[in-house]
This record gives sequence, structure tokens and C-alpha cells, in this order.
Amino acid sequence: MKTIYMDNNATTQVAPEVLEAMLPYFSDLYGNPSSAHTFGGQVAHRIRDAREQVAHLLGASPEEIIFTSCGTESDSTAIRSALDTGDGKAHIVMSRVEHAAVKVLCGHLSKRGYRVTEIPVDKEGRLDMDRYRESLTPDTAIVSLMWANNETGVIFPVEQAAQMAKKRGILFHTDAVQSAGKIPIDLKNSAIDMLSISGHKLHAPKGIGVLYLRKGTRYAPFLIGGHQERGRRGGTENVASIIGLGKACELATAKMVEENTKVKKLRDRLEKEILARVPNSRVNGGGSERLPNTSNISFESVEGEAILLLMDEFGICASSGSACTSGSLQPSHVLRAMGVPFTMAHGSIRFSLSRYNAEQEIDEVVDKIPPIIEQLRSFSPFWKPEGQVCASGT
Amino acid sequence: MWEYTDKVKEHFLAPRNAGEVEDANAVGEVGSMACGDALKLTLKVDEKGKIEDAKFQTFGCASAIASASALTEMIKGKSVEEAEKITNQEIADYLGGLPKEKMHCSVLGRQALEAALSNFRGVPLKEKEGEIVCECFGVTDLEIEKAIRENNLSSVEEVTNYTKAGGGCESCHDTIREIIARVREEELPVVRPKLSNIQKIRKIEETIEREIRPSLQHDGGDIELIDVIGNRVLVAMRGACAVCKASEQTMKNFVEIKLQELVLPELVVEEVTE
Repeated sequence: MKTIYMDNNATTQVAPEVLEAMLPYFSDLYGNPSSAHTFGGQVAHRIRDAREQVAHLLGASPEEIIFTSCGTESDSTAIRSALDTGDGKAHIVMSRVEHAAVKVLCGHLSKRGYRVTEIPVDKEGRLDMDRYRESLTPDTAIVSLMWANNETGVIFPVEQAAQMAKKRGILFHTDAVQSAGKIPIDLKNSAIDMLSISGHKLHAPKGIGVLYLRKGTRYAPFLIGGHQERGRRGGTENVASIIGLGKACELATAKMVEENTKVKKLRDRLEKEILARVPNSRVNGGGSERLPNTSNISFESVEGEAILLLMDEFGICASSGSACTSGSLQPSHVLRAMGVPFTMAHGSIRFSLSRYNAEQEIDEVVDKIPPIIEQLRSFSPFWKPEGQVCASGT
Repeated sequence: MWEYTDKVKEHFLAPRNAGEVEDANAVGEVGSMACGDALKLTLKVDEKGKIEDAKFQTFGCASAIASASALTEMIKGKSVEEAEKITNQEIADYLGGLPKEKMHCSVLGRQALEAALSNFRGVPLKEKEGEIVCECFGVTDLEIEKAIRENNLSSVEEVTNYTKAGGGCESCHDTIREIIARVREEELPVVRPKLSNIQKIRKIEETIEREIRPSLQHDGGDIELIDVIGNRVLVAMRGACAVCKASEQTMKNFVEIKLQELVLPELVVEEVTE
């Protein structure tokens, strides 16, 4: 059975060009970039190139790029650094819909004496800017807001938010794991101090991330050790993955237009046809500015895990914000923050495309989804054929 | 991704008895949309009290659908009395087991069956009696106690897996812990055989010989039982133990614990220096 992969916000295929660029570093070019000899030194040169490729995608300077092991490490480093260097300031601002890498960390910090404010979002997933403005205090050490939401693709006005923080002398970090490579980022002309990305979300391998640190930003390293990354992140470089990420960023820069035309067109068609063919379905965050590849669709009165497993029978890969798939017992915190009713939240499916998806895959998915939903609704106690949900379900 | 058995997959992909029995005379509805799973069971019971037909409607994940399907297969053809005895564990067993986090699906099946049979008898189900412990999922102390008893649960995590209680904001975890402790205490009355003095001393000697001395000798040490006064066990450390700085630790953390565990919890070990 052919796999139809529409779960690219979870992880992406390593681009063939990326893999090819990496392979020599597992065999011939195994030197340590810190070594004095030419054999190791040549690797350092290639890392320098990769750093430039990453910087180019982000509109940053190469020396502002710190390689880490993943998005979570970058997020953690940024937030902890701001607190460690913040002259005792003990207040953190984030949104209610952050990724676990930020949300759980801040929850942990709140038990250790830090005060955390979670900015709410509206029903379309948009940040409450008034509440955000009010939340900034003289005690605020850092603001951490995701650039784009991993579940809905909704984009936050991070630049505007960063300006507001800057005016008050507050450090601003953004988790740009989902937006890097999908929408243009230009940090040269920005008030953002720190930004996190993750390789495997843009066709590089897993296990490599980046923390962008604006020149002149006060900083305390998280991993302390050797002089690697100019003392900002100890540990021998993950050479092959750094080379791979460099290549992936180069590709992303070149394919940015495609991402926002071809991929967006596929996404829009997928969305439009599913909504047309399945009654009582809706797009979560559909009224907001969104990533071009993400669509979060809710199907009333059915449960997400059941939908996913029936899709799995056809090789279709996606995600769900339902309780049962998350391993917790409550549906996605993002959909709950948006006030998506339970009738819809439990039956949400996230499709996230990439430039490797094709028209015929969209055809296949829009053909398969309606009978799946119909089958599950046929024995759902909340589904009324005339399309009305009974009172107990709302 | 959950690890489901082939049987779960089979019942999920091709559910048996999905739908509603038209002339049902027993209906049980449990769960809610907010909780993430719900089950409506409709049964037709004949004059002799035999379950002639059973159908289900489920909103829920694969294991909730499979559990409901399995339940209807299990009860069809059974008498009301027989059906009543089916436990949630038996539903899970019928499916070759469920992931532990999904046991609540089998509990939901059992609850729906109970509700349907009460409905059949015209006895209103004593609904939601007791105090709500978990506000997030509306689970009462009585439901939690029942799950603990029937499934021999001993941790908050297990209680959550079976009842969902504690799976939301987690603020009820302390209460759940207290309920577990209370039920365990009722269930396992500590039966302490009354030991005569001579039995006690003999048992202490045996335990030292079998459980304690070999370990100490292994490290070049030894232990000698000097006397037993009430619950005070007087010992002397020998060999390497006699000069070891950690011997007090050894005594309290090893010798005393072993003796408390295997002879009598009240025992206190004291070292006698000569």
C-alpha cells in the first residue's frame, strides 16, 4: 500500500538532496571540526557554510546561529537564558496555545517561583493583543510566543508583539519551528531577540535544531562544556545533521514560493472538497492568517482516533487533536483554548502537507474521508441523520 | 500509536451489532461528548429473561468501539443474571486485552450494561451517587472505589486509566490517593499472627541466618544475636562490620528492615558494643 503522507507538521521526509549532502560525513569526512589538522579543519569549513545557509533563510548573520539538538532544546535554552540573565525578573509571558516545549517548561518553572501569564486566543486562534499588552510588566523577563501554531497553522503577529516587548526592554523569543521554511522570515529588520527552529520540520533529519540569538543579546548557555558554537552550546557538533540542515535551508529558501503557491493550492483544494463533501465539518482557525500547508478540520459527532485508524487502512497519515490520540484524556489544549466545542474538538484531524504531496493524493484523500466519517457517524449516539446534534452532546 | 490486539482491530474495523434495537426493552446510556466517549446500549430481553438482541451506538476511539462491539457479542443469548456478572476485565479479555490507558473503555461497557439492566428491571440506576471527586470527568468517589476493588488498582495512574478520574487538571490526585489508601486498608486487614516470645526469637534467628548473614559475610562481616527484649533486638556486629563506618546504616537500612518485614513490623534493632 502506498503511503499518503499528510502529517508534515509532525515530521517531514528528509529531502533526497539533504541526505546526499550528509552521507560523506558518515564515512570519509568523519573528522572533528575542532581538530588542528586539515582533515578535521575541512569539516569546520563545511559547518561554516551550513551556518551561512541557515542564516540566509532566516535573514540573520551566521554568528547569530547556534546549532542545538532540537527545537525543544532551543526553546528551553532561550527561556532559561532570559531568566538566568534577567536580574531577578521572574515573570514569563506566553500564549495559551504554545507547543509542549514551551508550555510544559513554563508550567515547570511556575512551580519554581516564576510567574507565568498565558495570553488567550479567540475562537479563530488569534492572539488577544490587548491582553498581551496588559501582561507586560517591569518584572517580565521574557515573552515566548510561537510564530505559527503546529495544530492549526494560525500565525501570530510576532513582529508586532516583539516590538511591544522591545519598547519595554523585555526579551522576546519565538518558537518558529512550524514557520521556518514555510513563510518568509527576515530577522535583520526585526525586534525578535531569539528564535527556535527544528531541522526535521523542514526536510532535514531529526536531532538538529537552531537557536537564533540576536547579536548583543545577553545570554547564558544551557549546555556548558567545550568552546563549540563559540562557547554558547558545548558538545561536539552533530556534523552530518548540521550539513543536512544547511542544505535543507538552502532548499527552503529556493522553494519558498512553491510552498506558498503549489502547496497552498493543494491545501485549499483538500479543505474545500472535504467541507463540500462532509456535512457538519469545519476548519479550525480557518478565518485567520495561516501557514500554507496546514488544515485542521473537525468532523462533528465522531472521534479523531477512530478516523485516523480508518484512514490508516488506506495508508493516509495525519494527526488528531482528540483526547485518545494525545495519550491524555482531554482534547487538544489548542482547540480548547479556541473554545472549539467538544462535539468538534474530539473529531479534529490535522492535515499538514509538504512540497512532496501531489494532486492525485488530494483526490485520494477527498474520496476516502467522506465514507469514513459517514461510517463512524452511522453508529454515533450523537449523530442525527438530519444533521443536528442532540442537546446532550453540546 | 496504540498497540491494539488483532481482535480489537477486527471489532473496530467491522463492528458487530452497531445500531439500535428497534423494540428494545432495556436501554443504557453512559458517558458524554465532553468526556470523549459515550455508549448507548439497546437490548431486547424476552419473557424468559434471555437477551435476544443487543446493539450499540458509540462515540469514541477504536478501543471504545471494539469494547462495545465485544460486549454485545458477549451478552447475546445470555440470561440477564448471567450478563450481569460480566466484568470490565472480561470485556478486555474477550478482546485479547486493551492497552492499560484504554481500560476505561471496558469500564464504560460494563457501566452501560449495568444501566441497561437497571432500566430493564425498572429500577432507576442509582446515578452519580456519592461525591464528585474528579470535576473534569464527573467521576464520583463510589465509582473510583468500585474500580479499585474490582480491578485491584493501587496507583492514581491506574485509577485514571480505568475511570478517567484525575486525567484532567489533576487537582484531585490527592483525594484519589486517599481513596486508594482507604480501600486498600479495608481490603487487606493486616493479620498479624500473634507470636509467642520463643517463636519470635526463633524467627529472628532464622531470618538472620537465611536473609542477613550471607550478605554480610559476603562483604567480610558478620552479625551475632545477643538478646531479644520485647521488640528490641540486640545484636553485635562482627568482622568487617565491626569496624565499618557504615555499619549503623547497614543495621537500620538492612538488618532492621529485613526483620521488620519478615518477623514483626514493630522490631527495633540496636547494636550492643562490648
